[in-house]
Amino acid sequence: MTHHEYDVVIVGAGGAGMRAALESSQRARTAVLTKLYPTRSHTGAAQGGMAAALANVEDDNAEWHVFDTIKGGDYLVDQDAAEILCNEAIDAVLDLEKMGLPFNRTPEGKVDQRRFGGHTRNHGEAAVRRACYSADRTGHMILQTLYQQCIKQEVEFFNEYYVLDLILDSDPQAAAEGEDVSVAGVVALELSTGEIHTFSAKSVVFATGGAGKVFKTTSNAHTLTGDGMGIALNAGLPLEDMEFFQFHPTGLAGLGILLSEAARGEGGILRNSEGERFMERYAPTIKDLAPRDMVARAMANEVREGRGAGPHKDYVLLDLTHLEPAHIDEKLPDITEFARTYLGVEPYTEPVPVYPTAHYAMGGIPTTVQGEVLRNNLDTVKGLYAAGECACVSVHGANRLGTNSLLDINVFGRRAGIAAAEHAVATAEAAAFPDDAAARVEGIVTRLLGTVGGSGTERVAEVRKVLQETMDRNVQVFRDASSLEEATRVIAELKERYQDVAIHDRGKRFNTDLLEAIELGFLLEIAEVVVAGALARQESRGGHYREDFPTRDDEKFMHHTMAYATGDGVRLDTKPVIVTRYQPMERKY
Amino acid sequence: MTATAESPAVGEVKAMTVTLRILRSKPEGTDEHKPGEQYWQEFQVEAHATDRVLDALHKIKWEQDGSLAFRRSCAHGVCGSDAMRINARNRLACKTLLKDLNPAKPIIVEPIKGLPVEKDLIVDMEPFFASYREIMPFLMTTGNAPARERLQSSEQRDRFDDTTKCILCAACTTSCPVFWTDGQYFGPQAIVGAHRFIFDSRDEGQWDRLEILNDKAGVWKCRTAFNCTEACPRGIEVTKAISEVKHALTTGEF
Repeated sequence: MTHHEYDVVIVGAGGAGMRAALESSQRARTAVLTKLYPTRSHTGAAQGGMAAALANVEDDNAEWHVFDTIKGGDYLVDQDAAEILCNEAIDAVLDLEKMGLPFNRTPEGKVDQRRFGGHTRNHGEAAVRRACYSADRTGHMILQTLYQQCIKQEVEFFNEYYVLDLILDSDPQAAAEGEDVSVAGVVALELSTGEIHTFSAKSVVFATGGAGKVFKTTSNAHTLTGDGMGIALNAGLPLEDMEFFQFHPTGLAGLGILLSEAARGEGGILRNSEGERFMERYAPTIKDLAPRDMVARAMANEVREGRGAGPHKDYVLLDLTHLEPAHIDEKLPDITEFARTYLGVEPYTEPVPVYPTAHYAMGGIPTTVQGEVLRNNLDTVKGLYAAGECACVSVHGANRLGTNSLLDINVFGRRAGIAAAEHAVATAEAAAFPDDAAARVEGIVTRLLGTVGGSGTERVAEVRKVLQETMDRNVQVFRDASSLEEATRVIAELKERYQDVAIHDRGKRFNTDLLEAIELGFLLEIAEVVVAGALARQESRGGHYREDFPTRDDEKFMHHTMAYATGDGVRLDTKPVIVTRYQPMERKY
Repeated sequence: MTATAESPAVGEVKAMTVTLRILRSKPEGTDEHKPGEQYWQEFQVEAHATDRVLDALHKIKWEQDGSLAFRRSCAHGVCGSDAMRINARNRLACKTLLKDLNPAKPIIVEPIKGLPVEKDLIVDMEPFFASYREIMPFLMTTGNAPARERLQSSEQRDRFDDTTKCILCAACTTSCPVFWTDGQYFGPQAIVGAHRFIFDSRDEGQWDRLEILNDKAGVWKCRTAFNCTEACPRGIEVTKAISEVKHALTTGEF
């Protein structure tokens, strides 16, 4: 075991982690620990754009963006956070441009902008061109640009270090309100050697990304297993609004691979088996550019009412055939290649089969607008920060608008990096790092390695498959009490079966079998929290749609969910939504 | 009961049995093999023609042999984790469909060549990333930054668009015969990484990078074998980019 000491430790090297590192490393001694090489992070898979009211191509302003974000989030957005997001968006884009990001350009040479779902002119009048983009690989360009800047700044990376535990100086659930709880550091497994490392730090930033792999059909990478959220939960911290999961309308049918909303922003149209542009019925004003939750539900509804396309009538069609091939090549080169490679469909001449795919966790580790992690509704953990998809600040509320996540990671990644470094600089001594800090992780690793050749009868892949299929069947676009109770029952059963899992690789080095077994543990915990929140929320709001409670109920449910892990399962609490100037209205597009 | 949430399948594709012949090695060794010794092992899996090689590798790992080690993440060709040598050509396992190989014959899967093998299909990527860092892959400018964005025309941006697509998967570098035999050569990827900035109208560090690439480890090692261009899963014209850097060095024109 090796012990390290830093001022700031950042966990995760996607967009939020690296944006934080660029700030933190200028101010304090910083280490970035990442399960993957930084350039493998899933920020790189984001496609369509990053929202900012630059007004480079038409009239726009940050206030319209704030309104759209709040309405898009079905009024569960914390409005102070949304104001920060949208006001700081412009500098966030300009900062990236100055770092070298190759945005597409207007004829005048400025950053070009295009339309995206839910982003409108003057509070809903019409779609507005707000998304700054680089073809359909904007996330790739952001990830590359931030990594390049990290190289320039000589940021210290610990690549393929898998963080498995968060060390606090006292139990955050046992501590009284107002009492200080501070971060002490993290424990990580070095994948190439199997060695356990401990990191003492004055500040820790979690930027570990999402948990899409709780579902079967997902746009998320295999590695997005909710590790950071699971670690926080195990450390006694709450998770906020986990029942709100976004299903992106246009996943490649059967595969879930993402086809950017930019396809519709550039003029693509969704059609059912009858060739009808069905979104005209669901969102008469902005049609195919309605927010994702509404489009995903409309698609699923078309399919269940028998208007799905294909031999099994189980998908709808994304039609780009009326667009010029040259326009497609310039603006949507990657996604059209995905359709060709994986479905053998030529988007110039054939519509592309699509169906909603699990895409984004609106919920996560609750934070303040400075990225400080909350341990209850009021108290922060001193020195602990979170940003990006693993966090919930909450700017996305019940449904995130497209292009607001690339924005989120830049704005709140930056804020968390600055706050973490400033806290470290102002803190004389890191909290005492306990001698037995690694015991829990050693216990997990030893237990799992001990299952090789043992009596365990369960396979990781089989338990995970049942979990993912259960979540797709019961907790997807449409939910109700009986489907959620079924999911609850199966997850409890799978948690039992997980205790009996056996792995097959006895090696210490690059034991990816062990890695997948640990990841499955996190997936089961996250799934349990998602379902518990969904069951308790007897209303429909944003990405959470209950068929047995089909309307939004502001009287009973205009609040955030706070979920805590306890010895007897998930305990749910509520947290007020911060409202500054926008009162809830009916959500029509 | 809620509505259909099952992911739909497109068309019907028949299942078939495919054989994968994988070049393996265990850093700790096995009962039959010394630590680090490479050996072949065959697996049969049930698969569909539209499955990715990555799907077949997962089937082996998840159903037959959990110790099979390989890197992967996004599974659709954008993260660059799973470059490997498949039927003697560098490709991404997640972007290669079984129907594009010849599933009647065994599919040969090896780690990419020229980097130290760590375990099975996992290689040490550090020398590769070190070469990338070497060429200063970041925008270099002088003077005060402007208040708004730097202006750039679409034509200026198009000049380096191709090389911005690089995902650092190392398929090009580890397909290069010069890289295999010459321990000094930066390899094609580092030159692609430099090209992306040398031809960016906003950048002022061209000559710093060109000087590095003019070195004995640089562009003049390239023997235009075109393996790199063929290997690139992003369709980057790697050899052309290298030629453009050579041209800039001899003429001073960008």
